[in-house]
Amino acid sequence: MDFPILSALIALPVAGGLGVLLVRRDELALPLSITSSLVTLGGAVWLLFEFESGEAGFQFVEKSTWHEPWGVGWHLGVDGISLLLVVLTAFLFPIALLASTSVTHRVRQYMASMLFLQAGITGVFLALDLLVFFIFWEAMLVPMYFIIGIWGDERRIHAAVKFFLYTAFGSALMFAGILSLGFLVSDQLGGPTFDFVELLGADLTRTAQFWLFGAFGLSFAIKVPIFPFHTWLPDAHVEAPTAGSVILAGVLLKLGAYGLLRFNLTLFPEASVDLVPVLAVLAVIGILYGAIVAIVQTDIKRLVAYSSVSHLGFVVLGVFALTTQGLQGGVIQMVNHGLTTGLLFLLVGMIYERRHTREISEFGGLASVMPLFAGAFLFTAFASIGLPGLNGFVGEFFVLIGSYLSLPGYAVAAAFGVVLAAVYLLWAYQRMFTGEITVEANRGLGDLNLREKVIIVPMAVLIVFLGVYPKPALDIIEPSVDAVLERIEEKTDYVVPEFGSTTDIAVEVGE
Amino acid sequence: MDLALSLIVLLPLIGMLILFAFGRRIGEPGAGIVATVAVAGSFVIALVLALDLFSGEGSVETVRWFEWLPAFGVEAELRWDQLSTLMTLVVTGVGSLIHLYSIGYMHGDARFGRFFAYLNLFITSMLILVLANNFALLFVGWELVGLSSYLLISFWFERDTAAAAGKKAFVVNRVGDVGFIVALMLIFSVFGSLGFDTVFDGAHNGELTGAMATAIALLLLVGAAGKSAQLPLYVWLPDAMEGPTPVSALIHAATMVTAGVYMVARTGAIFEVAPIAAATVAIVGAATALFAATIAMSQRDIKRVLAYSTISQLGYMFMAVGAAAYVAGIFHLMTHAFFKALLFLGAGSVIHGMSDEQDMHKMGGLAKKMPVTFITMAIAWLAISGMPPLAGFWSKDEILGVVFERGGLWQVLWGVGLATALLTAFYMTRMMWLTFFGEPRWDEGIQPHESPKLMTIPLVVLAGLSVVGGLVNTPFKLTLEHFLEPVFEAVHLAHAPEGSVAWILAAVSVAAGIIGIGAAIFRYRDRVPAEDGTGWRLLNNGYYIDDMYAGVFARGGKLGAAWLAFRFDVRGIDGAVEGVGSLTRRVGGWLRPLQTGFVRSYGLAVVAGAVGLLVWFLSRGGL
Amino acid sequence: MTVTPGWYMALAAVLFVIGTGGILLRRNALVMFMSVELMLNAVNLTFVAAGRELNVLDGQVAVFFVMVVAAAEVVVGLAIIVAVFRRRQTASVDELSELRG
Repeated sequence: MDFPILSALIALPVAGGLGVLLVRRDELALPLSITSSLVTLGGAVWLLFEFESGEAGFQFVEKSTWHEPWGVGWHLGVDGISLLLVVLTAFLFPIALLASTSVTHRVRQYMASMLFLQAGITGVFLALDLLVFFIFWEAMLVPMYFIIGIWGDERRIHAAVKFFLYTAFGSALMFAGILSLGFLVSDQLGGPTFDFVELLGADLTRTAQFWLFGAFGLSFAIKVPIFPFHTWLPDAHVEAPTAGSVILAGVLLKLGAYGLLRFNLTLFPEASVDLVPVLAVLAVIGILYGAIVAIVQTDIKRLVAYSSVSHLGFVVLGVFALTTQGLQGGVIQMVNHGLTTGLLFLLVGMIYERRHTREISEFGGLASVMPLFAGAFLFTAFASIGLPGLNGFVGEFFVLIGSYLSLPGYAVAAAFGVVLAAVYLLWAYQRMFTGEITVEANRGLGDLNLREKVIIVPMAVLIVFLGVYPKPALDIIEPSVDAVLERIEEKTDYVVPEFGSTTDIAVEVGE
Repeated sequence: MDLALSLIVLLPLIGMLILFAFGRRIGEPGAGIVATVAVAGSFVIALVLALDLFSGEGSVETVRWFEWLPAFGVEAELRWDQLSTLMTLVVTGVGSLIHLYSIGYMHGDARFGRFFAYLNLFITSMLILVLANNFALLFVGWELVGLSSYLLISFWFERDTAAAAGKKAFVVNRVGDVGFIVALMLIFSVFGSLGFDTVFDGAHNGELTGAMATAIALLLLVGAAGKSAQLPLYVWLPDAMEGPTPVSALIHAATMVTAGVYMVARTGAIFEVAPIAAATVAIVGAATALFAATIAMSQRDIKRVLAYSTISQLGYMFMAVGAAAYVAGIFHLMTHAFFKALLFLGAGSVIHGMSDEQDMHKMGGLAKKMPVTFITMAIAWLAISGMPPLAGFWSKDEILGVVFERGGLWQVLWGVGLATALLTAFYMTRMMWLTFFGEPRWDEGIQPHESPKLMTIPLVVLAGLSVVGGLVNTPFKLTLEHFLEPVFEAVHLAHAPEGSVAWILAAVSVAAGIIGIGAAIFRYRDRVPAEDGTGWRLLNNGYYIDDMYAGVFARGGKLGAAWLAFRFDVRGIDGAVEGVGSLTRRVGGWLRPLQTGFVRSYGLAVVAGAVGLLVWFLSRGGL
Repeated sequence: MTVTPGWYMALAAVLFVIGTGGILLRRNALVMFMSVELMLNAVNLTFVAAGRELNVLDGQVAVFFVMVVAAAEVVVGLAIIVAVFRRRQTASVDELSELRG
């Protein structure tokens, strides 16, 4: 048997976390945890290069049954949809840990929480058994709860409880959904099963699909978050420590969209096709609403949080466009958002460490004292705005054009999001960085130090690389999303719209 | 060939990377020299490559860099045809002159190296734009020039106005980009590809229905109007004058703002099957031309005069391409690049010599103090006013001629164009007079002086081009038209009239120019009129349209957004969420007294419950 | 006279009620604990009796589970009671009503 690389990706951070807890020396916590996460990153990169792009199915599959009668087992696998997200997770954690030097109390517990969080998130992306998936899904809430609740800002308890209860509410529904799904199929499959691949072989009635879509979908919608379930996000982001925000925005939010794509579209295809209008409306509202609300925020972290709502709207729109380009765009947008918004939170954290405020009005004219920092911020802002040549563009472009094929009206409305993105980010930049220095405390601020440069450079390199040459990433994604679409076409009477058909404009407008 | 063509784009890119990395260390004037050499190198390569095409032997070439977005049927691929050749030559040619000038103009600036890095970034982006072989890459260049424009307008970011102007430019451009993106969606949905060849061949072969073609073309117009500052998206360009003057010359006069014209010309095959959209382009152009010219008459800031003049001249170009006179439009684009860059650089020289004074009411009598600037600007002045045989005459005359020749309602546009020509001559003469003639009205302590050689040499070169540049396409010898014809094979090019009509039209437009010049000289000959009546104020404030936008979109939008953010989101949506939380808490409060803390009462409750269940089962007829 | 399962059931019921009464009426935590044991064993008795009557092993299996759990519970419970007693010098449950809402 091959080396169980996927289990290793989950086990390594757990081992690292236990190690940090056992070695009772605070000063060793950071080096140990970073080493652990770097080893994990090494594994993830190896996975990336060993992965056969062009294949649709799951690779590196590990499977062993735990309890035959219930069809539960340890089943992991990675395909084009999850691979990049796994690598992104492994990539963001060492950076987030490196950005945690300002944590001074309970350092070991903090580092251990982060590493357990990493294991949980990686597990969610890799699990192919619904019960295992659910266990990871819940397990990851706990360290995140502590990270916000213990190492957060003033109103951390409120934010942590809100985050936990809101998502746990969704999880409860999903758990009910998972159980009923597992037992519903027992007639068809000869016994209950929670194995995702086996579940694909079952045919559910329309009604069952509808209810299960709701149970899964609500949980995922809260996590994404899809408007109007987004209000836990700004609170959590504002109160979380920098690394918490980075992970929250960088990968945690992707779990929702990943879940919708992985489970809802494939397990409940009919319901998905039926509910496309609902999801598309909410996605477009999210895109525009998140952006508009971001414009007037006075707290820079809240602003970035609302921008996440807007960007994740693009992901959802792309996923429910049900076209190759849309789905590809949705997945790549997840990766891109993880990089750009993650970097934005890192940068906000850097200025917070210097000034201990997040109020935009407390800054102003920073570009003259911190030119490198200003440049890095502007660079990231433009990546987030979707400037071609940087990564944000690729995802948005794919989503917009891909969703036009199936949802023309929504795509046109979503296109206005690109204007609003420029408004809120450039206005924020203007207020924070340009003009004369207005607050005396800002006059003596130092520019980026070596540690901060080490944090920024790898992210910036990836942002440029994915912006200029996204093809490798797109090639990895394409076969898997095509497989999803094929399945939907096979199970329903939905047909992926073909481009190149000269449709009359009157029809387009009428839709 | 491949390498050489790639180098045209790569040289400025390399220059940019060097300057971003080591700009500060290279310092002054080294950074400027690096940047200038990079662009001049591109120009030389482009010129050498162009020779084949000029002689008629060369053919259209494409260079594939790498596979880019196969899902959209596009590669990172450059296209070297007659149109992109011409654009490349204009961009790199005028670009290198302006780089050279900037070495002098930016002397002593703290971020000297950074400035040239941005300039090289701009040239790279603009070259990607004009050399792209598909809509996606064109869009990349389109956005990147927007980025460089943003960076350069707000180059002196310590000034609040500059930072605001840069943001405004980018945002307004993005509004136009929405149109562009939606156009791309439609194009892809019809053709299944964003490659130029597929799309244009398809459009030519009737794969577009009329309605679809019109929709695509109108959306492209929205994008073009944003980039080229046409009605109603022109508001960013006057503000963009906050940037350093060479930037105004390069980006906001000679090259970037003409991208919209280039784009319409490039997509001529689509406009060909969308006559209504093409007419709309022409109408928008004509309206903008006249509108901006009236505003230009009343500006006191020398750069704002030129900014509105640019908007107006871009309107001419739109009128031309809308009338299917693509060659005339591109021709005017080229000559305009020469004389408008010259005017801006001259204005920069004046501002430089006047210690950063921009108000023309505080100038006057500079002709003697700055002879080179004066003479070169005078040439540009006559060129833009349409005086033969300078460059502007030939191109403007061709546009007016073509529009007249199309007959019918098009002749109304011709009338508008003619009126604009008159106004153009008027406001340019006003500018020249207030600046160079009459009594000095300088503020105390200002010692006007001629600019250094580094700045005047580009002026002289551009002046030369403004004189002879028009000769490439005279009615007697249509060299440019023959050169560009292969690009526009798919479209029916509109042609200028011939014979006596041509002579009469030319005479009329020259007469309009002379009347405009004469009226201005008469008015400003010996004194500066007060210029503060209601009408002047209306014009001076640009019909208050900018203020209206500010009120409606900026202020109104912010109020609306604030309501959404602080009322609807916090009280409405989050209020519901928090409400569920506090409701749970309150219900818990009511139920609290049930927990007495005495084990005994809990036990009793358990027993009572068990007994109750038992009774229930028994009453239902046994277990 | 044969001992039918009914007798076992009756005995179990009596034991159970005694245990219940003990819990409800006694104040000392230790005694209450013993009452709980009584109730558990009453249930065990019904399991065994029913298992024997139906001739299946499940009843005895269940009893083992109950015994194991009961043992664990006694350990934890006694530890808590001892800890409480050390701290408060009392084992009367009426004085231990901190959990009042």
